[in-house]
Amino acid sequence: MNTVRCDDFVEWVTDFLEGELPRETERQFVNHLAECDGCDRYLEQMRFTLQQLRTLPDVPLRHAVREQVLYAFRTRPRS
Amino acid sequence: MGVELPSDAEIVVRLRASDEKLFALLVDQWSGGMVRVALTYVPNREAAEDVVQETWLAVLSGLDGFAGRSSLRTWIHAILINKAKTLGIKESRTLPVADTAAPAVNPLAFQNSAEPHPGHWRQAPAAWPSPESKAEEGELVRHLDDAITELPPRQRQVLVLRDVQGFTAHEVSAAMDISLANQRVLLHRARSAVRARLATYLTPERGAAR
Repeated sequence: MNTVRCDDFVEWVTDFLEGELPRETERQFVNHLAECDGCDRYLEQMRFTLQQLRTLPDVPLRHAVREQVLYAFRTRPRS
Repeated sequence: MGVELPSDAEIVVRLRASDEKLFALLVDQWSGGMVRVALTYVPNREAAEDVVQETWLAVLSGLDGFAGRSSLRTWIHAILINKAKTLGIKESRTLPVADTAAPAVNPLAFQNSAEPHPGHWRQAPAAWPSPESKAEEGELVRHLDDAITELPPRQRQVLVLRDVQGFTAHEVSAAMDISLANQRVLLHRARSAVRARLATYLTPERGAAR
């Protein structure tokens, strides 16, 4: 087992995904990942969470608000 | 994400030439995400829709001033955030809370210094079942929405802009007027909290250790 602790690993996840870990830390991160099932699963769950966030359904505008916005476009003063 | 849009430059030319169809397309493609962003500043859907409406009106009157230094979508979101901040401050009765301190994972999930491997998992995080029906997918979305709502405001704003709306770190730190490092700390806290919240929902039998 290398010297990386799991409670450190979980604090590095965002920096890792952002490509912002210092090179040596990134190497330790990747090595730890290969030998720790818990952290491997943690990272996988973080990726799943991000994928779910990216595909959240929109919160659509009510029809009346949409109509008002389009009306404003139609009737706006023209330069 | 719907129909492919023309380039920003072409959009601007066509809007100045009163292409209403294209304007309606932009409103339909972007407003839903804009309501989500506005909701991170103001307390309810109605206030959020007001912000989006005001934003589109400001876009129309400011279109001639769009210089193309950022993307059109980023420029519109910068307007949105300014309007939402103004309204959010008016409507907010809550005090600012410190929102960068908590650890990513409950410390109880890790062994303490009296145990054989301090700082390592007591038990690896339990596997998450994948949603098996439309109803389960809907439940997952509901829990995600709740998790977002419960975040401290600045974490919520960064998470929605980055991870839901897909803006870059630079765009978000510029729009929110915070440093890149601060942006990353807020994003990390927010993502960790949302993951923990999903763990509570997806593996309820595991109690504190997640």
